Amino acid sequence: MSPALKTLVPGIHTSVQDFGRAGYRHLGVPTSGALDRTELRLANLIVQNPAETAGLEILVFGPTFEVLADSVRVAVSGRGNSIEILTPSKSIIPAWQSVTLQRNHTFRVNLSPNVMCCYLAIEGGLDIAPVMGSLSTYSRAAFGGLQGRALLKGDEVPLTLRCASDKEETYLPRPPGNEAEIPIRITWGQQADYFTKASLEGFVAGEYSILPASDRMGYRLSGFNLEHKHGFNIVSDGTALGAIQVPGDGFPIILLADCQTTGGYPKIATVISSDLGSLARRGPGSKIRFKIVSIKEAEAIARQKEEALRMLENTLLPVGQNADLDLDALYDSNLISGIYDANNLT
Amino acid sequence: MSLNLNASGDTAVVVEFGNEVSADLSNLALSADLVLGQKKISGVVETVPTFRSLMVHYDPLITSAAELITTIEPILKNLKAFNPQTRKWTMPVCYEDEHAPDLKDVAKTTGLSVDQVIELHSKQTYRVYMMGFLPGFTYLGDLAAELHLPRKSHPITRVPKGTISIATTLTSIYPFESPGGWHLIGITPVILFDIKKNPPALLRPGDQIKFEPVSKSKLTDIYQQIAAGEFLLEPEIIQP
Repeated sequence: MSPALKTLVPGIHTSVQDFGRAGYRHLGVPTSGALDRTELRLANLIVQNPAETAGLEILVFGPTFEVLADSVRVAVSGRGNSIEILTPSKSIIPAWQSVTLQRNHTFRVNLSPNVMCCYLAIEGGLDIAPVMGSLSTYSRAAFGGLQGRALLKGDEVPLTLRCASDKEETYLPRPPGNEAEIPIRITWGQQADYFTKASLEGFVAGEYSILPASDRMGYRLSGFNLEHKHGFNIVSDGTALGAIQVPGDGFPIILLADCQTTGGYPKIATVISSDLGSLARRGPGSKIRFKIVSIKEAEAIARQKEEALRMLENTLLPVGQNADLDLDALYDSNLISGIYDANNLT
Repeated sequence: MSLNLNASGDTAVVVEFGNEVSADLSNLALSADLVLGQKKISGVVETVPTFRSLMVHYDPLITSAAELITTIEPILKNLKAFNPQTRKWTMPVCYEDEHAPDLKDVAKTTGLSVDQVIELHSKQTYRVYMMGFLPGFTYLGDLAAELHLPRKSHPITRVPKGTISIATTLTSIYPFESPGGWHLIGITPVILFDIKKNPPALLRPGDQIKFEPVSKSKLTDIYQQIAAGEFLLEPEIIQP
């Protein structure tokens, strides 16, 4: 029998995602991939996978699995989330820590309230053939991942490894913090001049709520209503991840990993690449504010975040070993703020 | 030629040539795409040509918008647009009955007969301006002026795979079953997107398309040939 995780409860939307597919957008194929690449990367780090290895993206409500392999090492991302072992005996493994489960063990991924999105990384990755260079699921056209869709009850997610390696279990002693209150940073968009001055001001000053009708294609927002100066149809042009388009009703939609590659609505702003993950983790009902940065600042933030992540990757410790003083010193030097602090650079 | 280069967030630069749907702007966008592609510019992840612009997606850890604009602008400043169309496809389309649910309404609204609508739609040679909306979804133009109609006010939830549709100055083919707000006037059996093929999309921006009306029985024949792997659609290669 091939090694697998058997889906006992699928959750709301659990799908296979890696860093997405590049090079096909000119054919109308979106990148797909993890909404929050940073968390997928760090979860992979803990099970000692390459950063871009495909894992399971879990939205809103976690799945339950039975292990159909000799053993499997897993880790879940995100502060407050956990892996709850259900059988043979109950225990809770916090996020950012690896754990090895044996055949027929069952476990559930628990998401902290108000967390929209997290990742389950699996040592060795998934035994699924790539489509256009990626394992990412794109459910709208039904390709990638497991049969091109989110997991259903009974699905067996095929694993690469028959049993976990004999490496030590590891954890991240100081994982990234909870940044739910921090504004989402944006740069002005391709068609910001399509909006009235009052709308541009209201957009930045106002607070928006993420609506329940949000998905991997886009987060829909309610809040300050935006007014177009000269209509809401443009001759379609390209869309970047994070672009904020505003259709005729005046309410913005933030385009995410599964978004279409071109669009015909004016784009008022673009969420900076470094904040896409932070946005994705805040689910429907969350309130967000925006903060304008320049393109140069956005690029500097991206480089700084990468540097901080590389430092963070060096802090991985065996379970049971405490972080020493050097590590504290490292953190005092704003390591975490490099990843999440909105005010560090701007 | 107008040339505007602007950053769109910290992962894309937009090269804009104008603000309309026209063969001239499309030639510029497609030519720019080919020319930049040959330069293999460091940090460029991929490029997406549209009706009137080219989006250059980049990795901010390798390059920057300012650096890219400085590199790209001189290359495109004196760009001599060429006609990049090299392939012409003739595609079978059945404009009958259940495969053309909106055909009668289109005829009524435009004041034409059903036969006239079919003739106007199938006599034109179209250009693939760009792809988007869905994998393999092509925006084809230009539609005969008599057939210009606004999009439907209420999109329907289930447009069958292969459906030929029209709206505004454009026509298109739905490569997958999907929701849609265009007027549905026919169906082609041709498979437009197949993940087992490389490239997965049959068509690409710059291709020419002509539709050839076929009967329902011929449509059934072609479906059977496709299922048996015996239907091969080859484009005519056009010398520039």
